[in-house]
Amino acid sequence: MASPASTIRKWLDERFPLDDIKALAEKKKVPVHRYSHWYFLGGMTLFLFGVQVLTGALLLLYYRPGADEAFESVQFIMTQVHFGWLIRSVHSWSANLLIFMAFAHLFSVLFLRSYRKPRELTWVSGILLLFLMLGFGFSGYLLPWNTLSYFATKVGTEIPAQIPVIGRPTLLFLRGGEDITGSTLTRMFGFHVAIFPAIATLLIGLHLALIQWFGMSIPPALEVEWQSLAPEKREVRFFPNFVLRELMAWYVALGLLGALAALFPWGLGVKADPFASAPAGIKPEWYFLFMFQTLKLIPAKVLGMDGEMLGILAFGLVGAVALLLPFLDRAKPFNTRRWISGLACVFLGYMAVMTVYGWVAK
Amino acid sequence: MHSASSANTAGPEPRNLPRRRFVNILLGTGLVASVASFLYPILRYLVPPKLPDLGGDAVLAAKTSELKPNTAKTFRFGTRPGLLVQTAAGEYRALSATCTHLGCTVQYRPDLREIWCACHNGMYDLNGRNISGPPPRPLEAFDVQVRGDDILVRRKQEA
Repeated sequence: MASPASTIRKWLDERFPLDDIKALAEKKKVPVHRYSHWYFLGGMTLFLFGVQVLTGALLLLYYRPGADEAFESVQFIMTQVHFGWLIRSVHSWSANLLIFMAFAHLFSVLFLRSYRKPRELTWVSGILLLFLMLGFGFSGYLLPWNTLSYFATKVGTEIPAQIPVIGRPTLLFLRGGEDITGSTLTRMFGFHVAIFPAIATLLIGLHLALIQWFGMSIPPALEVEWQSLAPEKREVRFFPNFVLRELMAWYVALGLLGALAALFPWGLGVKADPFASAPAGIKPEWYFLFMFQTLKLIPAKVLGMDGEMLGILAFGLVGAVALLLPFLDRAKPFNTRRWISGLACVFLGYMAVMTVYGWVAK
Repeated sequence: MHSASSANTAGPEPRNLPRRRFVNILLGTGLVASVASFLYPILRYLVPPKLPDLGGDAVLAAKTSELKPNTAKTFRFGTRPGLLVQTAAGEYRALSATCTHLGCTVQYRPDLREIWCACHNGMYDLNGRNISGPPPRPLEAFDVQVRGDDILVRRKQEA
């Protein structure tokens, strides 16, 4: 007579391709070389996204959208609910680390040139995911309904309104009216907890499926060096070797999140008052700071053109270039490869300088 | 040096296995403890905090002019409804209005001179005793005090 475990196993085998998945996992290999530690950043971003889903679901148990209730409900979470401060602080910290990790992942993929054929669509889905994460950050920022988030949303929704023709309809769509009101909060809440998560699920699924399909890219600069290694030293098994290392990194990240949340819990600020003046030194989240600072520095008129408009166009162009980067990397008609890394360095430097400048500027 | 390594290769099993087990137990315990420390805050978070109770405070249930004999009204008692009844004889009775069966809000039936729960046909008398139907326990009775025009209700003080 078969043991109960093997009976269940047999039942499952006939209905679920567990063995096929196991075989696939055992076959999957991850290349090993001087830069292979960069392969962990994507997994780390995914982990932080998981933390966001979990803590976000927990916050939904007590959060109430609405201009009369949102601030009070977050205050309730922070002061009355057991460990509510911890859950919310982890959500905020993890959000910030997630954006940072996504940028680090982007630049590592860029400098290792992993976006080239056949991985163009993996890159495009990744850039779309980054835009989506920034959207998560923006929409989530308003939810506590405090002064900072109120004005950040006001300014943030004013920026696309500068675009000719589609600007005004965009503003009305984002705000749910002329001004930032409870309707805006309802919309941002809807984007943050329903629409964006649905899109994110699809995009992350696509992104991961493509990575599974094509495997990890070997940086072209290391191709020769890597080929010269003994075959058994070229790769490690994805399962368990790579997974266990990734899990260790996640474990450390979770500890770090807990420590950050406990030592530097996220503040709540003052409840938003639509009739109060904007407080001095108001700034967006750090990941919007470089754009914010740029828009502050551009003169009102540049060569007869509206300065604000010019800045928005420039960042729009950068976004478009980032999205289409794999298709711009080509040897003919002229070699763009060295240019891409160089320009990426310049842009990274620009982001860093402007972020620091925006941080210290009054 | 040489002798030490040969001693190691001669008998690695009995020496190394307990050591490996020790390390495994150490790591395993640490892992389980840290997972528990991640789960504990989440489980505590899931339990909603208790809202502040009314305690011994009195609640203004009604004005004397609001009720006639053989009528009743529901009022807010903290976070829950209470039922204030003026009996046919003119006495005031205050009870919890939450049915002890499945938590519906009960009502006064002037035709029966009893308290009735519409959900499952439970009956209570005017002292709150469950007299027919599914309710398992009596309704909690409160103290009523008439001060001028105000009818004040508070929890019964423990004797």
